[in-house]
Amino acid sequence: MRIVVAMSGGVDSSVAAALLAEQGHDVIGLSMQLYAQNGGQFGSCCTLDDLNDARRVASTLGFPHYILNLEERFHETVISNFVHEYASGRTPLPCAHCNSDLKFSTLLERARGFGSESVATGHYARIEQSAEGRWRLKRSVDRDKDQSYFLFSLTQEQLASAVFPVGSLSKPAVRAEAHRLGLAVADKPDSQEICFVPDGDYAAFVASRTPDARAGAIVDDSGRTLATHEGVHRFTIGQRKGLGIATGMPLYVVKIDAESGDVTVGPRSALERSTLTASAVNWVSVDAPSTWLRVSAQIRHRHRAAAGRVRALDGHRAEFEFDDPQAAVTPGQAVVFYDEDVVVGGGWIE
Amino acid sequence: MRIYLDHNATTPPSDAVVQRMVAVLRDEFGNPSSVHHFGQRAKAIIDEARSAVAALIGADPGDVVFTGGGTEGDNLAIRGIAEALEPSGRKHLIATTIEHEAVLNTLKALARRGWKTTLLPVDESGIVSPDALRSAITDDTALVSVMHANNEIGTVQPIAELAAIARERRAVFHTDAVQSAGKIPIDVKALGVDLLSISAHKFYGPKGVGALWIRRGVRLQAPLTGGKQERSRRAGTENVAGIAGMGVAAREAIAKMGSEGTRLAALRDRLEDGILRNVTGTALNGVRSARVPNTTNISFDRTEAESLLIALDLEGVAVSTGSACSSGTLEPSHVLKAMGLPPHRTQNSLRFSLGAANTDADIDRVIAVMPGIVEKLRSLTRTPVRA
Repeated sequence: MRIVVAMSGGVDSSVAAALLAEQGHDVIGLSMQLYAQNGGQFGSCCTLDDLNDARRVASTLGFPHYILNLEERFHETVISNFVHEYASGRTPLPCAHCNSDLKFSTLLERARGFGSESVATGHYARIEQSAEGRWRLKRSVDRDKDQSYFLFSLTQEQLASAVFPVGSLSKPAVRAEAHRLGLAVADKPDSQEICFVPDGDYAAFVASRTPDARAGAIVDDSGRTLATHEGVHRFTIGQRKGLGIATGMPLYVVKIDAESGDVTVGPRSALERSTLTASAVNWVSVDAPSTWLRVSAQIRHRHRAAAGRVRALDGHRAEFEFDDPQAAVTPGQAVVFYDEDVVVGGGWIE
Repeated sequence: MRIYLDHNATTPPSDAVVQRMVAVLRDEFGNPSSVHHFGQRAKAIIDEARSAVAALIGADPGDVVFTGGGTEGDNLAIRGIAEALEPSGRKHLIATTIEHEAVLNTLKALARRGWKTTLLPVDESGIVSPDALRSAITDDTALVSVMHANNEIGTVQPIAELAAIARERRAVFHTDAVQSAGKIPIDVKALGVDLLSISAHKFYGPKGVGALWIRRGVRLQAPLTGGKQERSRRAGTENVAGIAGMGVAAREAIAKMGSEGTRLAALRDRLEDGILRNVTGTALNGVRSARVPNTTNISFDRTEAESLLIALDLEGVAVSTGSACSSGTLEPSHVLKAMGLPPHRTQNSLRFSLGAANTDADIDRVIAVMPGIVEKLRSLTRTPVRA
């Protein structure tokens, strides 16, 4: 069967492609060029070197490889949202948008044009089909590398077309496979940063794209001004460093009001929330639950899912109540509901 | 069976070329600059190749300089003239908007060093008007560079007329004939140019070898410094086997040009008509008159050229678009842009360039698979495509 593999040039997608090729699939490697390669803006993922790595892996394994220029589409679907979210006082999650709006959308369309009904990636997550035919998304067996959090917004149709060959392997096992197959990328370091902001300076990236970013005041919970700041995009909920305030006790960003420009700080206890609401909720393993459902909720990539209950609201929204209050519930990040390893659904924190 | 329709990118070396090159590599290892027997044999091989290449372009062998390819020839011509004429105070260079990057980026580099540059526009058929040159050229113009045939659309420029205008103003005239050499007859004297660059691998010779013809008496300051090879115009030990291969390719091109040109033009016209007739929303880029016989360029509405190229490759049909960027992705064609085509056509166009191995059956197959591939891609596209 012909199958397109989205290849970043990293070890995970390389091994994904290799495993499929070894199983006898007719593999086509596609790499996406997502931002200018000639302006000196080299990120940690999909730079010219990474594209060359992908090409070398394809050539080693003997299948065709092409590079698609999806710069325009990436800008429309991922970068503009990223900038808008930060400028609105929220903390975006671009990788999730890239998965649902680019890899399993535009790239999948292209794949179909090339005779492949699915797109395989190097994501650490698992997809299963239930007896009733419903597609389910599960955490990777490597809990530490699990990326299901970034995939919650895939629809049933998208899940049906997604293949994650390394989702049932641990990272060390993936590297071992890469060595066994003689892939040049076997020891390549994992990518860490958001790919299109290579130096990690999100504030500068956003500021250069929203020249009118709102300056404002840093205030305490009584509204008293403690300092001024150069724009709400420089802050994220729970942030402690870089506030420019010297007080006796540690202060954290607890609220960002993009309208007024006010950034409210307070003690750690002020960060805690026991409820949240989410929008654009995608229900994966169940139909939208009209009554309370016991699940656990993960509110950022490195968060241990916390127990509570969820129910659907009108307009593709949902509300969640934590059993124990959680710190730094951050608007713009995803909340993903799990039943053990199974993704129940997820949405964007309001 | 794969069908190769990308001969303007490169051609497969002919059997005779490969045989000759292998024989020279194995048996004639001498350095042409050496005084002894081995050097003399190598020198003789180069001389023989020089005569063959000169014959291809109607030149005297003594005015042909072997280079490392078309790009190097263009650089040697433009930088060489610019440097030689710099003391004269002529600080203006003219080229066209549809030149190859070898010319465009060389002009850009010189512009950064203070040279004034002008790029002449082309009309919608891709032709440079002599009037445009007349109004752009001044007494400060050192060099005019206009390509003979365009690599993307195959259009042949009125070089003789343009060169005459340059001559009146005492400007040096260079033509990049990389895409015309071996495809159509070239006579440097009839063209009236001062410099003409060609590349072996575009006419069934090896890669990494080319030639620059320099009219006797034209002074040029070689940018590459070193030994006195090629009359001090191209320093460095000669690529003897490559040059020998180029010589064989030139002889073969001279022998076959007439009949092969007629054959390829008929195949090309049939391919072009077949696609334009059988695939909806297609249009020819450029004009049917005044082009090299092997090239056509067609735009496909509501179809990303990038996807179409890949889908065709997976079907075993190798074509290309305009220029590829450093990563290998495709960029809108600067040539089609310069012709004033709208964005959807500059991004949704394919170049088909035919050559020796192509047969009637190849063309039939391409015409047969094309409509289905295009329709499939169009039907799957939900995300917006420039329409």
